[in-house]
Amino acid sequence: MAKTYFTEDHEWLRVEGGVATVGITDYAQEQLGDLVFVELPETGRKLTKGDTAVVVESVKAASDVYAPVDGEITEANSSLSSDPSLVNSAATGDGWLWKMRLSNESQLEGLLDEAAYKAHIG
Amino acid sequence: MTGDETKHLPLEDLHTAAGARFGAFAGWSMPLTYPAGVMKEHLHTREHAGLFDISHMKLFLVSGPGAIALLNRACPLDAGALEISQSKYTFFLNEAAGIIDDLIITRLGDDRFMVVANAGNAAVDEKHLRALAGDFEAKVDALDRVFLAIQGPEAWAALARAGIETGSLLFMHGIEPRQNWFMSRSGYTGEDGFEIGLPEADARDLVATLLKDERVAWIGLAARDSLRLEAGLCLHGQDITEEFDPTSAGLMWAIPKDIRATGSFIGADALRAILERGPAQKRVGLKPEGRQPVRAGAALFDADGNRAGHVTSGGFGPSAGHPVAMGYVNTALAKPGTKLFADVRGAKIPIDINPLPFTPHRYRKG
Repeated sequence: MAKTYFTEDHEWLRVEGGVATVGITDYAQEQLGDLVFVELPETGRKLTKGDTAVVVESVKAASDVYAPVDGEITEANSSLSSDPSLVNSAATGDGWLWKMRLSNESQLEGLLDEAAYKAHIG
Repeated sequence: MTGDETKHLPLEDLHTAAGARFGAFAGWSMPLTYPAGVMKEHLHTREHAGLFDISHMKLFLVSGPGAIALLNRACPLDAGALEISQSKYTFFLNEAAGIIDDLIITRLGDDRFMVVANAGNAAVDEKHLRALAGDFEAKVDALDRVFLAIQGPEAWAALARAGIETGSLLFMHGIEPRQNWFMSRSGYTGEDGFEIGLPEADARDLVATLLKDERVAWIGLAARDSLRLEAGLCLHGQDITEEFDPTSAGLMWAIPKDIRATGSFIGADALRAILERGPAQKRVGLKPEGRQPVRAGAALFDADGNRAGHVTSGGFGPSAGHPVAMGYVNTALAKPGTKLFADVRGAKIPIDINPLPFTPHRYRKG
């Protein structure tokens, strides 16, 4: 069964079978405003927690999205190339950013659950 | 600067009530976006009428028998040649012809002029103007006003419904329609529109009336920036600074020919020398290929990988439908169609020199 985690940097991860689907939270997309471009990562890229995985660009500014845990990219959400606004309209659904195979599942223990994330954003 | 020094707009409560998201700009806490979001706000302005609170900008009244002489010294301008109610885009230049600020000056009477200055430079401008005023029979008054802009094709109609007739006022003209009001047909979006300086109580009444009109919506600073960038208009501090002169910036149209030749404004000698030898770089419009915006600060390279210049403003143009930018390139390259590359986080993005503006101006000139 899939379990969802959150980070203090406003990302969510849905983990199932050692693979995490990663996106930004609804709160984050609201802060960023209308997205016009998402720079997607290449499949196979190895990420260490804290690496910049994706850059999301709003009308006004570019913002980094960091790898919340270690792992290898297995897929990037290619529908964002033609429609980056999916991140605004469906941040936790069709607006996911990438999938990664986790290399250190114990890192998940350091992440927030939904209640803790909600407390974090106030 | 500490947080305590952040300045707040007199109408901040109205923006809060409208759901604005605030951010810092030029020392002010400014509404960046409203719940509609930058994209819709931008398009609303081009289609209907956008209402902007630009009270961070400063109005100065320059008056007295020496007002014309003072302005002719401070700016590359023939202030005495302006008709009453005529406005002129001009600058304060330093001795090296670097742009201290860009301004709009309107002649209100024989020896009364309104000077509208940028927020970020208001204090510097005031000091500069007051220091110069000592040499002339002229008085400089910094006015305490709310300053609103209403921009877009339906701006005039919305003002008319609010009881403010604008019919005979043409682009780049300004009048005093009521006690302590200043209204000009001008703006920072490329659209027809108006800028109105007025006392706070009057402003609250006007805003309440205007917002009852479904054609009018608050527009934040984020859309103000994308609108002006599409319109090819410079933001002082980014596209023009004291490092750039009007020749490099492509703003010589703002300086009358006889003033270029004979004016005794500050920076005149330096400007003539630059005109003589030609500027090393020129400001141009830049259109990145694809969807990825190229932002201020990005380095530009020619096809051979030589450094060609840099980007000073960049973002996405909601009306243009593609990323838009402007910047400075070496003069030899400054021709529409020249293909360059911008460095964005290590990747080379093809970017073409593009004529400005990206969206046609729709000013009401007559």
